[in-house]
Amino acid sequence: MGSKIVVALAGNPNSGKTTIFNNLTGARQHVGNYPGVTVERKEGYVRHDGREILFVDLPGTYSLTAYSAEELVARNFIVDEKPDVVVDIIDSSNLERNLYLAVQLMETRVPLILAFNMSDEARARGYEFDLEKFSRFFNAPVVRTVGHKGEGMEELIEQIIAVASPGGDPGEGPSVNYGDELEEEIGRIVSLLSDDPLLTQKYGARWLAVKLLENDRDVLEKVSSEAVRARLTKSASHIEGILGEHPETVIASRRYGFISGACQEAVHSTVEVLHTISDRIDSVVTSRVLGIPIFLGFMYLVFYLTFTLGDPPMGWIEGFFKWLGDNVGVLWPEGSESLLKSLLIDGIIGGVGGVIVFLPNILLLFFAIAILEDSGYMARAAFIMDRLMHRIGLHGKSFIPMLIGFGCSVPAIMATRMLENRRDRLVTMLVVPLMSCGARLPIYALIIPAFFPQAWNAPMLWIIYVIGILLAVVSAKILRSTIFKGESVPFVMELPPYRLPTVRGVLTHMWQRGWLYLKKAGTIILGISIILWALTTFPGLPEEQVQRFEEEKQTVETIVTDEETKKEKIASIENAMTEASLEDSIAGRIGHALEPVLKPMGFDWKIGTALIGAFAAKEVFVAQLGIVYSVGKEADEESSPLRDQLRANYTPLVAFCIMLFCLVSAPCMATIAVTRRESNSWRWALFQLSGLTVMAWILTVVVFQAGRLFGIGI
Amino acid sequence: MLSLSDREKRIPGEGRSKPLSAVEAGKKVYIVAVDSGQGLKGRLAAMGLVPGVPVDVILNAPRGPFIVAVKGSRVMLGRGMAGKIIVV
Repeated sequence: MGSKIVVALAGNPNSGKTTIFNNLTGARQHVGNYPGVTVERKEGYVRHDGREILFVDLPGTYSLTAYSAEELVARNFIVDEKPDVVVDIIDSSNLERNLYLAVQLMETRVPLILAFNMSDEARARGYEFDLEKFSRFFNAPVVRTVGHKGEGMEELIEQIIAVASPGGDPGEGPSVNYGDELEEEIGRIVSLLSDDPLLTQKYGARWLAVKLLENDRDVLEKVSSEAVRARLTKSASHIEGILGEHPETVIASRRYGFISGACQEAVHSTVEVLHTISDRIDSVVTSRVLGIPIFLGFMYLVFYLTFTLGDPPMGWIEGFFKWLGDNVGVLWPEGSESLLKSLLIDGIIGGVGGVIVFLPNILLLFFAIAILEDSGYMARAAFIMDRLMHRIGLHGKSFIPMLIGFGCSVPAIMATRMLENRRDRLVTMLVVPLMSCGARLPIYALIIPAFFPQAWNAPMLWIIYVIGILLAVVSAKILRSTIFKGESVPFVMELPPYRLPTVRGVLTHMWQRGWLYLKKAGTIILGISIILWALTTFPGLPEEQVQRFEEEKQTVETIVTDEETKKEKIASIENAMTEASLEDSIAGRIGHALEPVLKPMGFDWKIGTALIGAFAAKEVFVAQLGIVYSVGKEADEESSPLRDQLRANYTPLVAFCIMLFCLVSAPCMATIAVTRRESNSWRWALFQLSGLTVMAWILTVVVFQAGRLFGIGI
Repeated sequence: MLSLSDREKRIPGEGRSKPLSAVEAGKKVYIVAVDSGQGLKGRLAAMGLVPGVPVDVILNAPRGPFIVAVKGSRVMLGRGMAGKIIVV
């Protein structure tokens, strides 16, 4: 007693595995309704009756072969790390397909528990299960669960403890009979493998033999014996000669045979299973004519809601930070302005406030994406997009990372793992940053209402997103026909049935992502705000220049007698002084140094300074503009909102160019880092960085120059 | 279901094998072979697409990918993939 139990959660995509993981551990983590959302190994602890249980959430897989990174991760964890218990989460409304994984788990001989999840849905569809029979067939306890209602969790934990406790080992169970011919070959390979006791002790000779006959490259690498390799080639051609199929196909068929045998005995179906409603929706939603318009319509709706519903709470947050700044400012008596005050009000409160203001927008966007994911529409979107994706040489599945990219490029790039082909993966990874991420939303949310009439707000936002999508398409096409030539992998993907998203689920997903954004605001952005504040404050004006401004003020003070004119003149001198000090600051100098590059795009050095911040994290652009402009404003005047400042300084054309440049240019540092990690080379990360920045520059220059030439938006 | 496959049997030439991509929506067919490399076979097998398995074609849009029902779940296939699955 008291020892730690390691439990691995395995299961198909869409089986509700992650929901159960969350139920068991209380961990907060994303659940989606399309395949492949869990790509990383997640862990969580729970204590039960003084025993510590460690749950490891394996990636969702259909099988335990070595074809995709996820399957390999899941399998290697099970066979190499040997957890005390493996719980296979099974979508019991989709039993046969889900049991395919269960059969393979059974063959690894790990202590297994089957969780028949979504048992309410299965019952609604008229299935009745004889759990005891299933338990005998698979030599594993079976527990009925309803993940999203939290039913069956207690029983599951009790079973885990029972299976993990000593003496709970059920011993040799039944195994799939692969038919005389194959069994003969399995026997031959097993006896050859016995020369390598270390290997067979670890993995089991039969499992190895079956895997080898399945032509599993990963297992084959483990086996060094030439005799075994030679036998394999012979076995394969022997089987093919007799059965007319590769051993691999025969093995899969026999496993399904085993499953249908089990199901015939242990499942009673009272109603014909039909996906009628789902199919009817699909015949409209995925149709050739309506598919893309409906998809674009949904996207438009998402952005419309993000904008209109987000407006009032944004006002409240803005008001709060202004109140906070004013109240903190009062702590310093008039005339004793110190660096600390400037740091607190302009740097920290201004910087972080400018980012938190966009939380309502971000939350609404994530809310909408969560609904699309949880309802099952996202998988259809990938399907609809496959036509288009195929034409540009990508896989329909590439669209899922690209959709996630609307939230954040980092998980999107990680989600490219679901693509089996490395070429598809790299191309998708490289173009994902063009899908306008949530962090870029604050930039648009700041600029659009400042420069465009109310009625144009939502269409404008939509246009920006569509430009991103089109650019991604074009870039992918170019990459695919130059650097990444070659056939793309055929498309296979499961379509989960449509489900009504639960309020709890959607809110959880929204909050998880929103929280990440807030955490970013609280840590990275806070740090960057301070650094940027320092960059804009130091080194400060040289003493003699300050003196010159002071003297000018003195002169005005003594010469001008009219109070009104005096105030005005002094204000303009002070303004010139802050302007000069900003230009002289480190950020100003960098901005100035960049001016030859910025000018053709219509940007001044202030925007250049903000763009430097945007590389650290896109949303910092807003915070930085806030700092740049609050530094440049008259000290004792009521601070006018940033939008008025921008409107006074830039034309709508420049505003559009800012958005365009931010959309396309250098992805943030986190994106570069994750691209480096996922592509396993700095080369691709730097290629992404430089390629996107050059493309952004060319595009923005073209748009700005053309706009100026034709007099649009000046 | 049964009546549909009965009717199919009576149509001459229907029993001959053809690629899945040539099957109209609403028809039920049986997989006889998968004409592809090992990797794809394995992936298809994991999704339940192995020889001997009945498949209902749910949607077959021209030139696009399409949806089949197999073992109680919906699977979308690209046209290239569907062309490699031989059915009767």
